Amino acid sequence: MSRYYTEDHEWVEVDGDIGTVGISDYAQGQLGDIVFVETPDEGKDVSKGDEAAVVESVKAASDVYSPVSGTVIEGNAALADTPELVNEDPEGDGWFFKLTLSDPSELESLMDEAAYAAFVAKL
Amino acid sequence: MSTINQSGWRPTTPEAGEASGATFTGNRALMLEEPLIFEIGSSDTTGVDFGEMPEGKSRLGGLERKSIGLPGLSEPETVRHYTRLSRQNYAIDLGLFPLGSCTMKHNPRLNERVARLPGFADLHPLTPVDSAQGAFEVIDQLAHWLITLTGMHSVAMSPKAGAHGELCGVLAIRAALEARGEGDRKILLVPISAHGTNPATAAFANFTVEDIPATDDGRVDLEALKARLGPDIAGVMITNPNTCGLFERDMKAISDAVHAAGGYVYCDGANFNAIVGRVRPGDLGIDAMHINLHKTFSTPHGGGGPGSGPVVLSEALTPYAPLPFVEKDGAGYRLVEEETAGEHHAGTFGRMVAFHGQMGMFTRALTYILSHGADGLRQVAEDSVLNANYILRSMEDVLDAPFAKSGPCMHEAIFSDEGLPEGFSTIDIAKALIDEGYHPMTMYFPLVVHGAMLVEPTETESKAALDQFIGAFRSVAARARNGDPSVKTAPHFAPRRRLDETLAARKPVLAWKDPDVAQAAE
Repeated sequence: MSRYYTEDHEWVEVDGDIGTVGISDYAQGQLGDIVFVETPDEGKDVSKGDEAAVVESVKAASDVYSPVSGTVIEGNAALADTPELVNEDPEGDGWFFKLTLSDPSELESLMDEAAYAAFVAKL
Repeated sequence: MSTINQSGWRPTTPEAGEASGATFTGNRALMLEEPLIFEIGSSDTTGVDFGEMPEGKSRLGGLERKSIGLPGLSEPETVRHYTRLSRQNYAIDLGLFPLGSCTMKHNPRLNERVARLPGFADLHPLTPVDSAQGAFEVIDQLAHWLITLTGMHSVAMSPKAGAHGELCGVLAIRAALEARGEGDRKILLVPISAHGTNPATAAFANFTVEDIPATDDGRVDLEALKARLGPDIAGVMITNPNTCGLFERDMKAISDAVHAAGGYVYCDGANFNAIVGRVRPGDLGIDAMHINLHKTFSTPHGGGGPGSGPVVLSEALTPYAPLPFVEKDGAGYRLVEEETAGEHHAGTFGRMVAFHGQMGMFTRALTYILSHGADGLRQVAEDSVLNANYILRSMEDVLDAPFAKSGPCMHEAIFSDEGLPEGFSTIDIAKALIDEGYHPMTMYFPLVVHGAMLVEPTETESKAALDQFIGAFRSVAARARNGDPSVKTAPHFAPRRRLDETLAARKPVLAWKDPDVAQAAE
């Protein structure tokens, strides 16, 4: 399994052809207390860079873009009642959705953990 | 620095520990606690004596309710309830209201006097046209002023607020594109320095929104905009002066490029206050712009009254303007509606409101315009810009001002939370300003500035009033910079301490529930 990051602060963890998507710890810190998350419906086809989910904090509402193309297989139902999971465990239990990757070669354009850490350090 | 208290006497404020001493009523002298109206009213009492209901047969098919659950209060109880609540409110009539992008300026009392003249105030919207000629003359005169001040071709008077005006302009753009057979132009470009309502309006009118980035000095990136233009672009929605408080110097070049690519230019005119009498948007190539009468032209808003957002239009968009229209007809005026739209309004995209617009705001706005005159309106813009720059330059050594180096600001000054110690943010400064007796500034908007604080003093304020606000703002900013923990827990002296906004957003309680019923349900 390996984890990749985008410049828009999403991460995708890939296991076989299944990707789990969420937002980074840096992103949740910038957003502040998260109060609402809308995850995509099962079966939705998304392209890399498409708006796939919505996250609202006390400060702002933001779109979450899909880091890769694929078909959504599951949204994180737990976020409906406990959006604070995104603040508490953004890169674990606070995941947004899972999808089947349609083009794993897209991962090559994303950052690995070290590259993302260096990217954030410059912000 | 206060203009009122010249003696230097100051009330002593007890230490936080002492002040916690509770009173029997919960009131603190003139600061009155007030329960919800449902908590003081009883369904067993009534403030009005109705006679016994006569026997009769219901024609409501059994749909009538025996009780509608309204609290019963006497007239004095009702009056006191709302008066007590109003005392916990902040208003432009109480003090400086620095809410950026909202132009909270004084509402002159002369406007109120004119609006209350029975000939205007008591006029029914269905009054026959020949009995309401005076009202139509007001609409026509105001329209003339708005067209002249903006250098545009026509004005649609009926939209009832800023965002309603945006919708009017965008629908006119859509109608114009469809009339040209180019209804497939589906993308509206919106710079990130635009008002948040712009992308919402575009999406509501079935356009796709694309962002245009800003340059480092806070203005639209002209090259990025040009690069995106093409046959799929319907136009651009731009706010000028923008939400960074800056004038878009490239506005004419932006308009020319958009027009050359076959698109239209919508300008959000919410910030017109900064340029009224100085700049005519028509000269900048703008096709549609709404004017917030409730900002630039001093009609009350923000809970004090309804908005009004007439939209000025270029010659290209005029044929698609919404109905109704007031037109001069010989010595009098006539109302152009669906039946009489005829040739020159045949392209109209339809109707946005039931009647003619916010008549009460028209009378107030025209009074404001006539009492200032053209030279007075120019000074409004100059003074509002001067006041904002005074605040910008008085604060830039204690708060980060991201665009201070971009030159003078327009009528609002913007600051960020850069440089505040770890754990301190914009919201702490806003809450501490409440303790100082001010309504906070606009926070966390625009999004391009980290922890934005957008301050708009308007031309209403005197130098003494500005100095007092700056004193309070500097004091709060300095306390935050020094890591004073009491800033994190402010407000300390407001009727309510800091509220849990996260809990309020996650578990909102939107309606009162009878505690007995709520308990029974659990």
